[in-house]
Amino acid sequence: MIAAETIAVRLDGRTVLDGVSLAVAPGELVALVGPNGAGKSTLLRVLAGLTRPAAGRVTLDGVALNALAPRARARRIAWLEQGARAAWGMTVREIALLGRLPHGDAAAAPVAAALAAVGLDRMADRRIDRLSGGEARRAMIARVLATGPDVMLLDEPCADLDPAQGFAVMRLLREEAAKGRAVVVILHDLALAARYADRMALLESGRLVADAAPDAVMADALAGRVFRVRIGEGPTVLPA
Amino acid sequence: MTAALTLLAAGLAAVSLLVGAAGFGVPDPVILWEVRAPRTALAVLVGGGLGLAGAVMQGLLRNRLADPGLLGVTGGASLGAVLAYYWGLAAAVPLALPLGGLAGALVAAALVFALAARAGTGAALILAGIAVAAIASAAVAMALSFAPNPFALAEITVWLLGSLEDRSWRDATLAAPVVLAGAALLLPLGARLDALALGEATAESLGVPVASTMRLAALGAALAVGGGTAVAGGVGFVGLIVPNLVRFGAGERPGALLAPSLWAGAALVLAADIVVRLVPLQQELRLGVLTALLGAPLLLHLALRHARFG
Repeated sequence: MIAAETIAVRLDGRTVLDGVSLAVAPGELVALVGPNGAGKSTLLRVLAGLTRPAAGRVTLDGVALNALAPRARARRIAWLEQGARAAWGMTVREIALLGRLPHGDAAAAPVAAALAAVGLDRMADRRIDRLSGGEARRAMIARVLATGPDVMLLDEPCADLDPAQGFAVMRLLREEAAKGRAVVVILHDLALAARYADRMALLESGRLVADAAPDAVMADALAGRVFRVRIGEGPTVLPA
Repeated sequence: MTAALTLLAAGLAAVSLLVGAAGFGVPDPVILWEVRAPRTALAVLVGGGLGLAGAVMQGLLRNRLADPGLLGVTGGASLGAVLAYYWGLAAAVPLALPLGGLAGALVAAALVFALAARAGTGAALILAGIAVAAIASAAVAMALSFAPNPFALAEITVWLLGSLEDRSWRDATLAAPVVLAGAALLLPLGARLDALALGEATAESLGVPVASTMRLAALGAALAVGGGTAVAGGVGFVGLIVPNLVRFGAGERPGALLAPSLWAGAALVLAADIVVRLVPLQQELRLGVLTALLGAPLLLHLALRHARFG
């Protein structure tokens, strides 16, 4: 169980998060949604232990996150940056192997399993800068899987992917949640969030304004107001 | 890859021992031991330090055009040596010149180290290094413009070009511990540099202490480069070219480039130092001039390729 308790974050004197609490249990897939600038990425960084909150704390199974050594934390929590790219033309396998760094080993089995899970096992020796956008994104996700973390935090893993690729990524995250991992994923596609998430957490201007099952969040007039759109039958989104 | 490059460097070192002004041949033992051997050892130290520091800097800054010169260490060493000349110490005390260079390199390294400790990001480290280099080059220019006599001016200018000519075991034993200490700091950084390929935040999320990696890399590169520069003067472009050449054989993973770049750097400087002895010119072609003549076009090629493919 990873839990953020009344988190406040101020950056350059601006309040980015204000009293946000969010708990995610093993096996749960939570979609973090909200308009641009609502504080989604900052909340994910706080959960990953990368941004220190001005107030509040994050606990992992009851232990304060900042009480964990960086490597111990990295073994249990894996984070995928928005638009993550590799600076070098490393191979897919080399990228996935980075997920073993917190363990200090180069174990072949979890890396092979991660590559198979994202469907890149036959491209393991291809350079990541020679792959399509979707394939490169899957290689980055393989790095997260290779760690074998208890908590997976992914910042817009489906951005810029075509619909089929987006569905494939979400199905993969569902499977990972089914293995008992807690998964938090930032999505801008409300339909994807509604379809695959157990819960939707809706952020608006640094505050958590809804945290419930997707149907409940989407049915509420609140989501439409926050996004300044109309939400129609099923998870369809129309201009306001 | 590392084994092949080590063999190449060893072969070139053997050739270097057999090449003199009179051409190939087994020389008199005194010449072999007092002239050729320290020159060869210094070529390995200077080239190895530059190649390794270049690979680390490029990995750290995630840029294939990064060069250890960005750290201002070369500039600091030049300034230290120039000051030793300027105050006439070089003529009075035998080791004043390399000691001045070493002091300058260490001061520059300490400055960059302190700045890097505060900065914590690659971009800030580059800016700090460029600032230190600019201060050093301004001071060198000032020393040159106030040079006490034309002979001092000529001597300083020639030293700045970089050379291994007439270096002794005293120079080699001065440089060796400094370069080796730098290499000992840099060689274990491979896995951290691999993680930095995904950006500083992702490296941090993988448990890599990014700020301390930055400090270790800056200090290690300063020592690895400074020790050689102090005794050989400025040998440009080796740190920039070598990792780019090694990538053709070793792939692009930053950690995989460290040891091969060390040996490739040694091999390149050994080869260049053999060439400068063989080129039939009235005066020996300066080593730093040759590496710049080779390196600058390669830099242009890399820049153009970069511009084309983004």
